[in-house]
Amino acid sequence: MRSANQIERRRQRRRRRRRRILSSGLYNTVMAASTADSWSWFPALALGVSFLKCLMINSYHSTDFEVHRNWLAITHSLPVSKWYHESTSEWTLDYPPLFAWFEYGLSHVAQHFDKKMLVVQNLGYASPATVLFQRLSVIATDVVFIYAVRECCRSVREEKGSKDLLVRPYFILAALLLWNYGLLIVDHIHFQYNGFLCGILLLSVARHLQVGNFITFPFEQGRHLEGAFLFAVLLNLKHIYLYIAPAYGIFLLRSYCFTKDNTDGSVRWSSLSLVRLIALGSIVISVCALSFGPFIAMGQLPQVLSRLFPFKRGLCHAYWAPNIWALYNVVDKALSVLGLRLKLLANLPKASMTGGLVQEFQHSVLPSVSPSATLICTLVSILPAVLSIWRCPRGARGFLRCLVVCALCSFMFGWHVHEKAILMAILPLSVLAVESREDAGIFLMLATTGHYSLFPLLFTATEMPTKVLLILLFTLYSFTSLKKLFRGFLLNTLEVTYLLGLIAVEIICEVVYPLLPWKQTLPFVTLLAKSVYCSLGVSYSFIRLYLSILRPTDKPKEL
Amino acid sequence: AVYHSISALSSLHVQMLVKMLVCMQPVFLWAGKPPMFGDYEAQRHWQEITYNLPVHEWYFNTTDNNLNYWGLDYPPLTAYHSLLCGHVASLINPDWVELHTSQGFESSAHKLFMRATVLIADLLMYVPAVVLYCFYLSEGSNRKKVCLVLCILLYPGLILIDYGHFQYNSISLGLALWGVLGLGLGWDMLGSLAFVLAVNYKQMELYHSLPFFCYLLGKCFKQGMAGRGLFLLVKIAVTVLVTFTLCWLPFLTDPGQVLQVLHRLFPVGRGLFEDKVANTWCSLNVLIKIKTILSTDTQLYLSLAATLLAALPSSIKLLTKPTLWQFKLALVNSSLAFFLFSFQVHEKSILLPALPVCLLLGDLPLPAVWFLQASTFSMLPLFLKDGLFVPYAVTSSAFVFYSVYLLSALEHSSEEELRLRPVRRLVCLPRVDLGRIFYLSVAAMAGLSFMSVALAPPARLPDLFPLLVSVFSFLHFLGLLLYFNVVQIAEPPSPRRKNPKKTE
Repeated sequence: MRSANQIERRRQRRRRRRRRILSSGLYNTVMAASTADSWSWFPALALGVSFLKCLMINSYHSTDFEVHRNWLAITHSLPVSKWYHESTSEWTLDYPPLFAWFEYGLSHVAQHFDKKMLVVQNLGYASPATVLFQRLSVIATDVVFIYAVRECCRSVREEKGSKDLLVRPYFILAALLLWNYGLLIVDHIHFQYNGFLCGILLLSVARHLQVGNFITFPFEQGRHLEGAFLFAVLLNLKHIYLYIAPAYGIFLLRSYCFTKDNTDGSVRWSSLSLVRLIALGSIVISVCALSFGPFIAMGQLPQVLSRLFPFKRGLCHAYWAPNIWALYNVVDKALSVLGLRLKLLANLPKASMTGGLVQEFQHSVLPSVSPSATLICTLVSILPAVLSIWRCPRGARGFLRCLVVCALCSFMFGWHVHEKAILMAILPLSVLAVESREDAGIFLMLATTGHYSLFPLLFTATEMPTKVLLILLFTLYSFTSLKKLFRGFLLNTLEVTYLLGLIAVEIICEVVYPLLPWKQTLPFVTLLAKSVYCSLGVSYSFIRLYLSILRPTDKPKEL
Repeated sequence: AVYHSISALSSLHVQMLVKMLVCMQPVFLWAGKPPMFGDYEAQRHWQEITYNLPVHEWYFNTTDNNLNYWGLDYPPLTAYHSLLCGHVASLINPDWVELHTSQGFESSAHKLFMRATVLIADLLMYVPAVVLYCFYLSEGSNRKKVCLVLCILLYPGLILIDYGHFQYNSISLGLALWGVLGLGLGWDMLGSLAFVLAVNYKQMELYHSLPFFCYLLGKCFKQGMAGRGLFLLVKIAVTVLVTFTLCWLPFLTDPGQVLQVLHRLFPVGRGLFEDKVANTWCSLNVLIKIKTILSTDTQLYLSLAATLLAALPSSIKLLTKPTLWQFKLALVNSSLAFFLFSFQVHEKSILLPALPVCLLLGDLPLPAVWFLQASTFSMLPLFLKDGLFVPYAVTSSAFVFYSVYLLSALEHSSEEELRLRPVRRLVCLPRVDLGRIFYLSVAAMAGLSFMSVALAPPARLPDLFPLLVSVFSFLHFLGLLLYFNVVQIAEPPSPRRKNPKKTE
């Protein structure tokens, strides 16, 4: 009898405890823990893509492979003072100092693979061991990216509803990021370290997103500082991220340093927290000091900066990135042809007509564009977006949207933009795409056109099946899964027609055009057609995204 | 169901991607070492021969057809397939199949063409058969079926041999699978038609012939030999004979032709085994030098007797009980018996038992994964020769990881699920942690693989690693042959499980 009593009492106690847990906020943490247990799919997804990357070890690699090998050699065999002076190879070190230190660290592993790759004079050296090491270094540093994706997935907001894992937003986000077509081909075939860099960016974004969810992340303020620290590190790894620095600066200043708003949502100037401002500033400044300090001490700052910002290059890259300038060039071309036909123009400079491969592009009718003009265009285009998050901050989501807009502005108006830079916009936009229906539509447009515009990066016949299959895999997956997630079509007929047009462009450029007689005289027309067609889609997504940030919110303020 | 169409689509895509990536590997490490280039050159040479010579010269040694240089030694359907490919090749670039001068031809465009023929054959024959099998003949939820499709299509052995080493196994295996599908769905005539085509594509498919024969015969017996059974038997016999005749039609004009083709197909003179193969004879050869002390005839009879003896129990059981489950097990047992005991076995022949084992992935995940992993491992020396180590390492680790994860192989390793409950009543099985042994064995395989690459063998034993690989995998095959036999023979009267809906 006594034992039965005891059992009964224990049961009651347990029930009471459970009720207490349920009523308190603790319940949320318990739930979070239980969902975290079912994250076994994540390693499966990540490992799968890593296996795929390993299979790409032997595929074609571009000159960027030699660029990075050369940097390994420079940082390994020369003293720090010579890093930014060395010019044996034409691929001089043109990333900021922290990246040089990153290469320096890698070179210590590299010497166990093949010492000859660390000799500066060994230009174009690519022994099997070198290839293996370089490829594995990209795959290994992608761990940062995988971790960042996990953090992003954990901070995704979720509606109640479907229980199926395959239509959960965080699952879709993980698949979209980990299996991102652009990253796969740019990093693991073309060869670069974007996965590592974007990993840091996403991690920093995730830190800002996680603030506010105070049950799981109690150190709210620390998270903002951590995000800022990560971004400062990122800036010192690759300076292209300067383009999105305005979004970071304004967001942190407005939402972190100013602690209170007026009732109408405008900033209350008196609420400036000096402690926060100083903490933030000291973090950023100390990272930069660590990175550039030694070079400033050696008096090399001008040399380093001249390497980092080489304005000697042309307006457009060898292959035109699908941005405004591609359209501008084509309009210029069309006008000059028209002018010649109608005898309105005479003595045009007979230049630069072979399309893609000419570096210096002289416009014949429209005014030629100078680097400072592109800079002004970029800054002017960024300004409204940044102002809008100053005037009415919409939390971390608003900041993320602003970040994507900044990245796209720089892509659209920047000087000598690479087509690869579109990844800087596509990856953060994925996070927004799984949370809102409208962003999902923009994402589909931007990702599909942006990814297609990467096609010319891989021009060898052997890579053809891989790139086609990969882009089909990614695009079909993103369409079907986002459609399932938001239960309905995300694109209108015009947009769908445009995207189907991509297939037509590809078939015409790759199958029909080589059979035509102009193939010999105008070999670059296909590249030109692709970049112009893609720039239409990118511009369209850019405008839509821009409108979405300028639109006043009717919803209550987000977290 | 809609969600599963996403995942099914994705998994089909992923398998194609993996295959294309394996294609891109630099397989031709031995390129530039004329005149023997391996199977790639063999297939190209067959296109050249069949395209340029009349049918009756295909299998004969003539001035234009040097049989010592990759002579045609596969049945007529392979020759017709080569003829078709030869015609396409000559349309694209006649140099590829020019008689004599094209020998050893190699260019990146030609490589792409040859790889494309493999992919097309695979997509037409093997992939649809696998998908249909998983969706119509396997049990479980849709999700499980999709996982099954992915695992079967990602089986590294077949991918590496077909896309890396270069062969058209997906055609013969695909045809055999269509045969299984036909029999499983009750279309016996279509099934036997497909299987006869498979045999006529590659004579090694005879490894599967006993179960097909026993299953159909058993089914006829069950329907009563006096009435419907006899009718069915006649129908099947007519189908088989007609198909055979059609396949061999050009050669039937002259008995000499038929004999020459048969002689090419079954080269008795080549000895009990070549290279290092993970079968009984090669492993036994370590202890007793059978190959040297016995005469060729004795070896032939010995291997024949051993093979039949090993295949007999499962065949008899199938004859008395022709169900699909028994049929699948008998396919494994018979082809494995052939692989382990028959005459002149190649290491690539392990793909023949591997196909029916793939079909068991859904029912007996752990033993099937184990077997498939061992089978890939047993071909390691071949992959090393072809420079396929990286894809081998990547695809097999991916396969082990995904099949264990997706099919939850380790959770399904209780006695009940391994179908060993009936045996337990007879003999006392020791209780062991199978999962741990599985991981130990996989780790040993990984270790041996890396040793084969990284370490130089001792000077006295240059073949040490290939031999270790074959003996180690032989032990696995032997053990699993015993296991599959036990499962088949000890099957309880009511075969289907009692708890139909299990937790997902």
